[in-house]
Amino acid sequence: MTDQDIIGRIKEILIEEFEVDEAIIKPDSNMYEELELDSLDSVDLVVALENEFGFKIDRTRDEEALRHMRTLNDAVAFIKQKIA
Amino acid sequence: MYDVAITGIGIVSSIGIGTREVVNSLCNGKSGIQFDPQRLELGFRGALTGVIKNYQMPELSRKKRKTMTEFTLHAYTAVLEAIEMSGLSQEEIASERTGLIIGNDSSTLANVSQVDITREQKSTLPIGTSKVFQALNSTTTMNLNTLLGNKGASWTISGACSSGGHAIGQACDLIALGRQDRVICGGVQEINWESVCSFDATNAFSIRHDQPERASRPFDADRDGLVPSGGAAMVILEQYDMAKKRGANILGRVRAYAFSSDGSDLAVPSGEGLERCMRECLNRGTVRPDQVDYISAHGTSTPVGDAAEAQAIYNLFGSKSPWVSSIKSMTGHEMWMSGASQVVYGTLMAEKRFIAPNINFKKQEPTAAKINIAAQAIETKLKYILLNSAGFGGTNSCLLLEV
Repeated sequence: MTDQDIIGRIKEILIEEFEVDEAIIKPDSNMYEELELDSLDSVDLVVALENEFGFKIDRTRDEEALRHMRTLNDAVAFIKQKIA
Repeated sequence: MYDVAITGIGIVSSIGIGTREVVNSLCNGKSGIQFDPQRLELGFRGALTGVIKNYQMPELSRKKRKTMTEFTLHAYTAVLEAIEMSGLSQEEIASERTGLIIGNDSSTLANVSQVDITREQKSTLPIGTSKVFQALNSTTTMNLNTLLGNKGASWTISGACSSGGHAIGQACDLIALGRQDRVICGGVQEINWESVCSFDATNAFSIRHDQPERASRPFDADRDGLVPSGGAAMVILEQYDMAKKRGANILGRVRAYAFSSDGSDLAVPSGEGLERCMRECLNRGTVRPDQVDYISAHGTSTPVGDAAEAQAIYNLFGSKSPWVSSIKSMTGHEMWMSGASQVVYGTLMAEKRFIAPNINFKKQEPTAAKINIAAQAIETKLKYILLNSAGFGGTNSCLLLEV
């Protein structure tokens, strides 16, 4: 799976599940400041990514990485590490 | 003490979506009860239920909708109808002088789902963030509060099958005491087998599966249990003078609210508690029993409950009781919602000048005192309407409407 594929699938989730306007989603968009997800959305986004990419979050080990996941590119890096 | 006006009503029920459809059903004695084969497969003894038909979800963003249960969506539809009818502005609604009080006593699906997910996935993360806002009894109040933006009272009353009556009553008290200028109030009731399986375990439901529309027969000698139902009923109450001043169309007044509890049995109503509640309600409203035109009975179609209520009505009103009917003969038992839906049904009857029939009433209950059951719709002008609610645990609510 290329980075582009992963970004495409994250975009789909942001559009479908969180009603983010497609036009403003860029790979380096800050999902919380620019795409206006809130703290509850951040939890639901992780659940959606788990389901979409078929990995399992370790809530102790992954917490730090998830806290620093701000942009779509950050999410790509996290997902690649989880599915590697 | 301030007088309390009713300026808006809205409803989603098994006999219709919106007041226009509902008033026609009330007038024509239409039943909203159906047989649910899934319940029989699941081992239910009584597999009948009220069914809400042709419901269209209101327009809402996915984010707003995801924390809303089905019955909260029903409440939102009903509250939009009530607010539109009241003519209140967005600014008035969004004021700290506007409260929101809803009667509800369960939200089963979200609770079942969050437990299932945790057991299955061995993690709470997959529950996501929407369930917690759906699982609390106060789910409808908190969701509507964020949608409507009112800034005064905002809480939920759980009082079993009197929840809706107590919610309207407390709303009325807050206005009478001058603590709120207006309160959006009502009751909600989920319809799904999960929320009523434990009721079925108590043998409370009718088993007249071959005649769903004939199954709910309050006060009839051949009644064999209640039929669960639900939806949402919402009412706008306002301080009377303020409503008058702004030129609102006043649908009626809540003349009095009274509460009582039996202090005896969990499941078997004493009758004495409800009688005390009716008596206090009339006293508070300074209305004599002979002035009451109509009693909207709690009458759920259970053998014991209806007999106790009939006797309580007889004790207070004597052999010349006002007309009595139970709308649950058509809707089924709307439980947490029923005390609030009675306000909507009663207001509609007063507006159209009729008493809705207690359908399926064929034979007078032999053991209970005789009361004046309206088996057919009756055309008549109404002034004072008494609404009874009685819940598990022996909690009673009475509302006296002046319409």
